[in-house]
Parts: sequence; C-alpha cells; structure tokens
Amino acid sequence: MYRILKYRMLKGIVTRHIAPEALGEIESTGKELKTLIRKKFGKSLHIREVDTGSCNACESEIISANNPIYDLQRFGINFVASPRHADALLVTGPVSKNMLLALKKTYDAMPEPKFVITVGDCALDCGVFKGSYYTAGAVAQILPVALHIPGCPPSPSAIIKSLLAFLRQHD
Amino acid sequence: MDCAGIINEIKAKFPGFSVISAVQNYPDEICLYVRPEIFKDTCLVLHKILLSPVKMLFALDERKMANKFTVHCVFLSAKSGQWVTVAIDVPAENPCFDSLAKSIYSASLFEREIYEMFGIKPEGNPDLRRLRLHDEVWPQGSFPLRKDFAGAPKNISAENLPAYKFSKVEGNGIFEVPVGPVHAGIIGPGHFRFSVAGEPIINLEIRLGFTHRGVEKLFEGKFLTQALRLAESVDGESAFAHSLAFTQAAEKIAGISISLQAAYARAIFLELERMYNHANDIGGIAVDVGFSFPAAIASIIKESILQLNEKLTGSRYLKGINTVGGVLRSPEEHEIRMVSGFLKEIKKDFNQLAKILTTSVSFMDRVDTTGVLKKKTAEDIGVAGLAGRACGIALDLRKNFAGVYHEAKFKMAVEQSGDVLARLRVRIAEFEESMRLVEFFLSKITPGETAFPQPQRKEGEALGFAESWRGPVLYWLKTDCNGAIERCKIVDASFCNWQGLSYAVLGNIIPDFPLCNKSFDLSYPGNDL
Ligand code: SF4
Repeated sequence: MYRILKYRMLKGIVTRHIAPEALGEIESTGKELKTLIRKKFGKSLHIREVDTGSCNACESEIISANNPIYDLQRFGINFVASPRHADALLVTGPVSKNMLLALKKTYDAMPEPKFVITVGDCALDCGVFKGSYYTAGAVAQILPVALHIPGCPPSPSAIIKSLLAFLRQHD
Repeated sequence: MDCAGIINEIKAKFPGFSVISAVQNYPDEICLYVRPEIFKDTCLVLHKILLSPVKMLFALDERKMANKFTVHCVFLSAKSGQWVTVAIDVPAENPCFDSLAKSIYSASLFEREIYEMFGIKPEGNPDLRRLRLHDEVWPQGSFPLRKDFAGAPKNISAENLPAYKFSKVEGNGIFEVPVGPVHAGIIGPGHFRFSVAGEPIINLEIRLGFTHRGVEKLFEGKFLTQALRLAESVDGESAFAHSLAFTQAAEKIAGISISLQAAYARAIFLELERMYNHANDIGGIAVDVGFSFPAAIASIIKESILQLNEKLTGSRYLKGINTVGGVLRSPEEHEIRMVSGFLKEIKKDFNQLAKILTTSVSFMDRVDTTGVLKKKTAEDIGVAGLAGRACGIALDLRKNFAGVYHEAKFKMAVEQSGDVLARLRVRIAEFEESMRLVEFFLSKITPGETAFPQPQRKEGEALGFAESWRGPVLYWLKTDCNGAIERCKIVDASFCNWQGLSYAVLGNIIPDFPLCNKSFDLSYPGNDL
C-alpha cells in the first residue's frame, strides 16, 4: 500500500504531463466534447465496440484512447459491455462473412436512438482485404453509418477529435 | 546438418526409407521429397528424432502445371537451427494422403485446414470439421485455395446449411455456457463453449475463424513489395514480426542478404513490439483480477513505447518501416540518445509495476497454480513461444537460429510450472531482457545508414520466420517465374496455442477464465487469417 501511494505521489497526474505539445488541443477538444455530450445524451455517451475482422491494431488504439494519458472517460464517453446499454455501435475491420449475423444481431439489440461509427480504413472499404472471397462487404453496405474515423489505425487523439467534430456538426 | 546427415539418421530408425530427391536450397532449410506411402512413417521418425511437433503442414495446388497437389510437412531441428520438410505429391483425382493426426497430434488442426481449403482428404483423421469457413455461411465443396476457385458461391440459402457440431459432454448435472462471438471487452471475436460440472470447467471448445478474411488467397498474384502491406495487416499487434517473417522468406528467394545494420534495426523494432505487448498483457492480467492501479501503470508503459515507435518509424505499430532488403529508416544519432532516455523512464515504471504485482499477496494468490498447462500436453499440441517456455519447453527462435541475437548473448526466459504466474514471470523476464537487447543493438548501430538492395523478381520457395512476442511466426512463400506469389502459407503461434488454452482451463472455474485467457493473450486475426 505504501509503495502504491509513494509511486502515485511521485508520478503525479500523467494525463497532464505526457506529450505537452498535443495537450492543449486534446484538453480543449475534450471540454467541448463533454458539454456536447451532456447536452445531447443527458450525461454520457455509451459505446459498444464490435470487431468484424480487424487486425486488432484498431482495437489497440481504441483501448489506448481509454488509457490514463488520453482518458476518454473523463469526457463522458464510456465503452460498455452490452449493446443494450449502448447509444453508439463502433465497428472495426472489413465484415467477415462469419461476423455478418453477429454484427446485425448486436445492432438489433441496441435501443433507439442509436448510431454507427466505423473506425479504420478496413471498415470503410475493406482496405487491404478488398476483393477477398470472405468479406461480406464494408460496414456501410450492411448498417447505416453516421461517422467514419479514417486511419490504419487512427491514433487515439484522431479518434477523440473525430468524435468531437461529429458531435459539433450535429449540434 | 546436411541432406545426407538427416537421411542417414532417418534410415537408422526406419530401414525402408528412401528419398525421391533431397534439396538444401538454403543453409537452414532441408527438403526431402518422398513417396506418399512412406510419408506418415517418415514424419513419425522425424518427429521423434528432432523432438519437434509439426510446425507447418500445408498444401499447394499444382494441377495446372503438373496435374497434382503437393503436401509439405515442416519440422524444426532446434539443435542445428534448421527446418526439415517432408514433401509428397498428391494425385489431382480423388486427392488424399495418410493422416498423421493419430500419431502426431499437432498435425490435427493443419489437416483440417488442408481439407477445408483444398479438399484434400487426410485419410484417417477422425475430425474434419472446418475451422474458418463456417458451416452456417459457406457450402461444402467450395475450396478457396484451389487455383480454379471462382469466387464465393452465390445465392446460398441459409436454411440448407447445417449448423456446426460442438463436441458434447454428457452426463448428469453437466451444463453448457456459451460465450461469444461478441465479447464484453474491446477485443476480437471468438466463441467459447464451456461444459461445467458444478464450478469446475470439464471441457472448453474454442470455435474461431470469425475474423477470417481469406488472407492467404489475397497474397496470391501479388509481388513481394506489394504483399508486404498485407503481411503487416494479418495481425496488427505483431505487425513487425509478420513483416519480418515475410521479408525473410522474400529475401531468401530474391537472393539478398541484408546488411548487419539492417539486422540490428530490425531486432530493435522486434523487441519494441515485444515490450509494448508484454506491458499490455501484464496490465491485462491485473485488470482481470480487478487490480486497476498496476494496470494503469502498464498502460502508461505501453503508451510510452507506442509513442517511441512513432518517433522512430512514423508508425505506432511499426507498420511501413520494414522492406524487402532492409529497413527504410534506421535511428539517427539524436534518436539513439532519445531512446536511451526513454528506456530509463520505462525501466523505472516497469520495476514498480513488477514489484507492486509480485508483492501483493492477494494478487499472487489468484495467479499461482491457476490455469496450469502441463509440459507433456503442450508438447503434444505443439504449443510454442511464450506459452511453451512457461511450461518448460525451452525453445526460442532467437536462440535456436544464428544471428544478431547470438552476438547480444540473448538469454531465454523459461519457467516450469505452466500456470498464469509462470506466464507472467516469463513476460516480466522477457520485457527486462528486451530492454537490455534494445540498448545493446542501439550501441551497435551506425546512425542513419539504410542502404538496401532492390529485390529481383525471381522464382523460388523459402521459409521465413520471426519470434514474435507470442511465439514463432512462420511464412512459407513460393513465387512463379515472374516473381509473383503463387502460395503464401502463414502460421502464427496462436494457431496451436489456442488449443493450449482450452487444456489449461480444465479444472478451473469460469471466473478465472479471463485471467487464463489474458495470460496466453492469443491472436484472433493471426489464427483466423
Ligand atoms: S484499418 Fe488498418 S489497423 Fe485497422 S483493422 Fe484495418 S488493417 Fe488493421
């Protein structure tokens, strides 16, 4: 316990002191994001993530957006374990034929109103997996997509910024 | 060891043995072509002599040129640092070969794969269920890796397709818990079916293939440099290991030997990849017992390394840095200094992380003796890499093959107990060793030097390999006379190791499953291809 406390005191708040150049931008983006989310979703935006055939680097960046440095949660965005708790569905990867049914079922299980976000180049047009015998198509061919976040994979700050730009647009 | 050496060794155990031809195209690859009748016995003898499970078993469709299929079975000779392949021809009509599965268990999954992708029957294999082409969406009789495959079958009606048959545990009081394919976390998809009697798990069947994207087929027809991008996207968290294994095979074919500088730079990137992933896993193990503070430290370490990767290569996941013939960019003088500074910080954080975990009694209580994988089981299944080293299988391609790691006096981490704690200990030891290795290679590197030869378009076949953070990643490549890829077979360590997980959880309770799972941390996309 003593070790934890000591380490904690010495380390300080990492969210502030890593990558100071990018910090101003993220902080101001984040503040605005928080206000927008409060206004639109009551208190917070809940996202359910589904991987339909990604290489997992996209997942890794989404997880990174939740680490103590970017700490997406402090702006009111939460990743939830069940589609029943979600406002938004976040999809990564081209849609493998094997995931088609699971993707549709997950979407159907979400309460209205709901919207779909895609993350990564694969999710937009199957990316490097274009033309495979086993892709059922891009996500937009299967579900109505409201927002796409480009990149291979998009960085955590790109993910946060895209979310803000999107919410601002639909203000 | 040369061809004659291995032939004599086989003959000593198997007097009826003879080869059609034996070739050694590269110092570390021996290939023996034999008659199909003695395929099984030859493999069995090699399996015993080399103490190696089946490392790769795959088919090629050569019907157009030679009216036949061929099947290759690859073993590892750890002692001599070589790959030994047994190859046979399989007739184009009624294609089949003698199954190895009943004698060498590690061949089972590969044989199922050959049957599903090529329609070549491993005669005598009791389980021919498909791995990736799910029965519910793909009709029987359509084989994607055959050369005359004309694309996905159209107008399939789901009603006519059968459902997958899970193995059933019968008896009083057994109940089944199905989980997935979509899980609660931000993670890939897979289906886990537990059979439990009271609390303990008595069977776990893992059904994968959900992220199958037909990668091996996509490689076909591409040129080496084009295909590299695809290799990096097979498994994004080991993007560099995959690209390394691919380029190694490509370089062998093109007859390029890379510069020592490039070899150092590659080793640095490979170790950085290992470090961010090991940190991530150690954090994951802490999360799964509900110990969030060390998990936060681990994610800070991971983020620091990702940022370091970006500074060095322009990509957080080390994509686009490796190329056939070398690396596109190697660290500059000031970057070398920067990395050393970074490593010092990381070392401090990592020591804290390791100490907090190993001095917490309740944490140790959760991981000690949980999820034991026995050495014998692991050997039979062909578990490789970190999961193997945690139960006493002392194999690491960095150790077994000559190269810059020998110069660095690489120390392999091995544990005996095979539980979650052992896997955690191996991870911690490997992370520390990787830090040392990065420092060592940095001290050897001449700043900024990146010259590399342009690859020639050539015909050939070769095996490339890399020890990723999970274990061996193997690429077997064959190109045609224009230099286009004819066949690319990929084996990620996850392919066999997933089975290891299903044995490790037996006797444990379902709430400990996430912990066991995280301690293996296997790849969905690397397995599903
Ligand atoms: S977009 Fe890129 S990083 Fe994301 S899943 Fe596809 S290949 Fe991987």
